[in-house]
Amino acid sequence: MARIEYAPAPESRAVVKLRRQYGLFIDGEFVEPASGEYYATINPADESPLALIAEGGEADVDRAVRAARRAFTKWSKLSGAERAKYIYRIARILQERAREFAVLESMNNGKPIKESRDVDIPLVAAHFFHYAGWADKLEYAGFGPNPRPVGVAGQVIPWNFPLLMLSWKIAPALACGNTVVLKPAQTTPLTALLFAEVCQQAELPAGVVNIVTGHNQTGAAVVAHKGVDKVAFTGSTAVGRQIAETVAGTRKRLTLELGGKGANIVFDDAAMDQAVEGIVNGIYFNQGHVCCAGSRLLVQESVAEEVVARLKRRMQTLRVGDPLDKNTDVGAINSAAQLARISELSDSGSTEGAERWSSDCALPDKGFWFAPTVFTNVSQAHRIAREEIFGPVLSVLTFRTPAEAIEKANNTQYGLAAGIWTEKGSLILKMASELRAGIVWANTYNKFDPASPFGGYKESGYGREGGRQGLAGYLEADHV
Amino acid sequence: MSRIDVRKTYKLYINGAFPRSESGRSYEVLDAGGRFAANAALASRKDARDAVVAARSAFKGWSHANAYLRGQIVYRIAEVMESRRAQLVADVMACEGLTEARAKRVLDAAIDRVVWYAGWADKLPAVLGNANAVSGPFFNFSVPEPSGVIAIVAPEASSLLALVSVTIPVVVAGNTCVVVTSRTRPLPAITWAECLATSDLPNGVVNLLTGDHAEIAPWLASHKDVDGIDLSGVEDAALARSLEAAAAVNLKRFARHDAEEDWAVRPNLRRLSRFLETKTILQPIGV
Repeated sequence: MARIEYAPAPESRAVVKLRRQYGLFIDGEFVEPASGEYYATINPADESPLALIAEGGEADVDRAVRAARRAFTKWSKLSGAERAKYIYRIARILQERAREFAVLESMNNGKPIKESRDVDIPLVAAHFFHYAGWADKLEYAGFGPNPRPVGVAGQVIPWNFPLLMLSWKIAPALACGNTVVLKPAQTTPLTALLFAEVCQQAELPAGVVNIVTGHNQTGAAVVAHKGVDKVAFTGSTAVGRQIAETVAGTRKRLTLELGGKGANIVFDDAAMDQAVEGIVNGIYFNQGHVCCAGSRLLVQESVAEEVVARLKRRMQTLRVGDPLDKNTDVGAINSAAQLARISELSDSGSTEGAERWSSDCALPDKGFWFAPTVFTNVSQAHRIAREEIFGPVLSVLTFRTPAEAIEKANNTQYGLAAGIWTEKGSLILKMASELRAGIVWANTYNKFDPASPFGGYKESGYGREGGRQGLAGYLEADHV
Repeated sequence: MSRIDVRKTYKLYINGAFPRSESGRSYEVLDAGGRFAANAALASRKDARDAVVAARSAFKGWSHANAYLRGQIVYRIAEVMESRRAQLVADVMACEGLTEARAKRVLDAAIDRVVWYAGWADKLPAVLGNANAVSGPFFNFSVPEPSGVIAIVAPEASSLLALVSVTIPVVVAGNTCVVVTSRTRPLPAITWAECLATSDLPNGVVNLLTGDHAEIAPWLASHKDVDGIDLSGVEDAALARSLEAAAAVNLKRFARHDAEEDWAVRPNLRRLSRFLETKTILQPIGV
């Protein structure tokens, strides 16, 4: 039967009103960077410039930290109930302006609108709503009788879920009575700057949230600033390591949410159609720009051929292209640099002897694109089985017994996430207890929720974000 | 003529055995009055690495031992300490220069601390874990799990109470550990090792190294098969900073020295939760 093509269904950009240029958001207002320098942020789907973004330097970071410190005095003394109402306001405004945020997120990040609209932005609002409710209940959170805020939090976030990562950082910090200086990723600052407008609409006291844009050295300045009491970082393990070294010998608290090489383990009794959907969701969701991606498929030998054949058939139906098209499944790679990294690692897979297969899809001429790709005949020694690719590239390995699956799944420096696909409940629990990973999804993958603690074992970092455990990083208390 | 007493050779405690340092080195331990007390083994880099291998080998069995069993074994450490009162008191008196009455109070506190922590073994998941109310048809829960192999630099002055206070919570939570004891006051630690060795604690769960922490701790801090490091006993700020930076090599969980820490005060959950991970498991509800 002939395939029926979808007609284009682009989401309107009219809802987004971009300014030509954005300053830094410090002490409740947009200000010029000390250097006067700006850089262009682009749409990775077509490389068109979207706006000019301020390049924050050390002087700007210092100004932001001082604003946060001044604001801390009042904000930390405000009753939890009053803090909660501000955070609830933010959650509501985010819901009201959800479409605007979703479109802008897809424009600046390259992710499909169906993901920014149905996953990212709803989760952002939910995260603020969840932590708003904690603000006046901290003494019930189990950390002791007199929980107190840490102070000024310096937060550095990545480009893969720009606004979602902002919410994971800012919501618990504010709920616990801290003030923040947040540095968005250099390639995806726009939704963070739009969030600054939300803070203004919510009449959040000036200086409670400060947003300093820029490149790596801006983030490094936030981490190193002496006035910062707590550092929270999400990003690569290499940068996380540098941050841990920078923080050494100080009194700063530190939480890190870093890389991963998640094992998605499929047993021979798994519900095959669901498992294949789960594999696709595990690695091709958000172009594979996901720290907890199921980038290693471990499939039981007896069903390996069938699973790979079904997977390839399913991959052929993935629609790669315009992120703003409502039918798009896989959008643009976020940057030229990331595309180069994905290409280099994928080439190493071929060179080292793995078998490469990509879905047969037309890629746009402009922008950064990478077809969904799967490698078979992968050994544990291959770079594509060990290093985080952070792109739509899956490595398939096989196993015979649950013990072998555990051995292979745990054979990595990372320990963020894993998936298990089987209809046998006792096997799920056995695997879940042996896997050294912070999140274990059974018969599902990449499910996030503000009430659910998220974070890694081993070199995937330390500390948790989400839920009750997510408060610990932002509190001083007896049991922290 | 009075009888010539039989003196003990003080050695390391690695993998349930009492070896000398593989380096063949020892150092003179003086009592609080400055008199010769013993020659203690001066642990080396190789001893530290052997101890990590022992701790890693013990981790799987200990971390998966059921909580009731772990609690009973730790409780038995307290029982054996009680039965070894005389020697532990004598060691603490000699090393810390305390009166007998004060040394007894220190030992009482140390034994009571072990009992307090022992009871936590089967309560941590109930207190630190939770079911999570996610917005979807999923069963979602979070449980604490031990981080793995933990290196501990024990405090220098409090030779027994602090040693017990830094080691036991790590072990109760299911971790295994390599502990660098007080350098100048190591004798209570070795007697305590004899208590551990007769408490049904599996070999390798606790390993004790006597020696110079400035020499050994850097090897532990940079060791890639160590998952966490407790710098409680590192008072030198420059050394503490370099150890914490070295620990970043594999993102070790770390705890810093706290000059305010009072070993006499009954502890809280902080030391128990410090080297725990949270694992979140999510499964769909449906048919």
